[in-house]
Amino acid sequence: MQNEEIKEYIISQEPEAKFDETGEWLNVIINPLSWRLLAEKLKHADLQLDYLFCLTCIDWKTHLTMVYHLTSTKYRHSIVIKTDINRTAPQIETVSDIWRTAEFHEREVFELFGVEFLHHPDLRKLILTDDFEGYPLRKDFEDPINMIKL
Amino acid sequence: MYTQTEIIKDTTQLNSNGNEGELVINVGPQHPATHGVLHLVITLNGETIKKIEPHLGYIHRSIEKMCESLTYRQFIYVTSRMDYLSAHINNLACALCVEKGMQIEVPERAQVIRILMSELTRIASHELWVGAMAMDLGAFTPFFYTFREREVINDIMEQTCGARLTMNYMVPGGTMYDLHPDFQNRVKAFIIQFTSKVTELEDLIANNIIFQNRTKGVGVLSAEDAISYGCTGPVARGSGVSCDIRKIQPYSGYEKVSFEEVLEPAGDSYARYLIRIREMYQSISIIEQLIDNIPEGDFQAKTKAVLKLPKGEFYTRVETARGELGVYIVSEGGTTPYRIKFRSPGFSNLSALNHMVKGSKIGDLMATMGTLDLVIPDIDR
Repeated sequence: MQNEEIKEYIISQEPEAKFDETGEWLNVIINPLSWRLLAEKLKHADLQLDYLFCLTCIDWKTHLTMVYHLTSTKYRHSIVIKTDINRTAPQIETVSDIWRTAEFHEREVFELFGVEFLHHPDLRKLILTDDFEGYPLRKDFEDPINMIKL
Repeated sequence: MYTQTEIIKDTTQLNSNGNEGELVINVGPQHPATHGVLHLVITLNGETIKKIEPHLGYIHRSIEKMCESLTYRQFIYVTSRMDYLSAHINNLACALCVEKGMQIEVPERAQVIRILMSELTRIASHELWVGAMAMDLGAFTPFFYTFREREVINDIMEQTCGARLTMNYMVPGGTMYDLHPDFQNRVKAFIIQFTSKVTELEDLIANNIIFQNRTKGVGVLSAEDAISYGCTGPVARGSGVSCDIRKIQPYSGYEKVSFEEVLEPAGDSYARYLIRIREMYQSISIIEQLIDNIPEGDFQAKTKAVLKLPKGEFYTRVETARGELGVYIVSEGGTTPYRIKFRSPGFSNLSALNHMVKGSKIGDLMATMGTLDLVIPDIDR
């Protein structure tokens, strides 16, 4: 499906969505509160975006941005969903029951960025130890023992 | 991580809840069949697996954070230490991402060398997997057979790249050096050796009734689940999902060579075995097409000493021996990435393990986990 058709569909579901076409794929910027409902439609309805190939977060110092890379194994079109969440108490609804791969990826973002995924079935640290303090991939993280900057 | 006391507490809790006979056991972090430091906490009822929880991080180095302070020339070397069996392809993914950002044209000779090296890497990785998988199931001999061929590839790599495992041969703009003058002859000799010897593996493993009984119908993953869990590479193709990035989004000149994407619909461990064996034949076919047709010219494009990516986001997807590797660079216009994310194939493949083995016998665990081809540094990063 062409970008124009995808845009039309998303606008019909989420009128407040903004678009950015400067990158390789169509970027859709949405409100975090509407993410969960939109996600269900993206997977099951017209677009058939059934494969979440990357889920990550970016720390912009003033806010965090969740980034979801989606593609359709049927139509082979890809889009990127971005949504800004606040940095002090970041929260967003989980999509781990829609795309099962999100379960591990969200646990990774939870421990490395401190984002709380609401209604996640098993939100615990995955890579770091239980007593680890701080969120290593945030820009203001300092490690007094291990050198992480040159 | 669970401490020892917590596990004992867990077990007693389960028992006091009336679930008698349920037992929590640890496999790893040091276990011969996990091929690295992977820790699985398994809840058993008798011999039946009720739940598997992977505990990761024993080899976590925070490569993503490290890369934030390394320049676009330096960060490629770190990625050799992720999936060390596909080091070439990891390096290639990073080089491609930087080239995409800077719009560097890679000379044709370099593109062909890159494909040749990637396919040799894929064969070496699959060879190691076949041997290790057979060893997990108790057959020790195939390990030596597969290492015989793998050694030849490693020697070819050493001659041209100077290293056997962490090659660091791909740089933004092309390759670091030109090919060794003896490269073509040695690769041709390897093709002859490989094609005459690979049938031995079929006799030893695929036609072996013990191997078939232990892998057929074991660890079944449906196509729908494979997509939902983000499985890629031979794991997804073993469930009939077409996901080869070399076909979907060709890079580095893969659109110019002809090869087949191998698919098997069964979704069991045996299908995943067949996929990898057939992929080796496809890789050999790609190498045969290119080895006599390496274009003359530069092996590296002229690039500036200091690389600066323009402000923006760049994402490349490549097909490693284990599946789809994604490199996501967010640039603020400087000499180092603002944020870098490696979407590693092993991480997503591992997430499907619980789903695949739930309800099966513990004896089948290794026959399933082995076919995921897990490389732990790739998962932990």
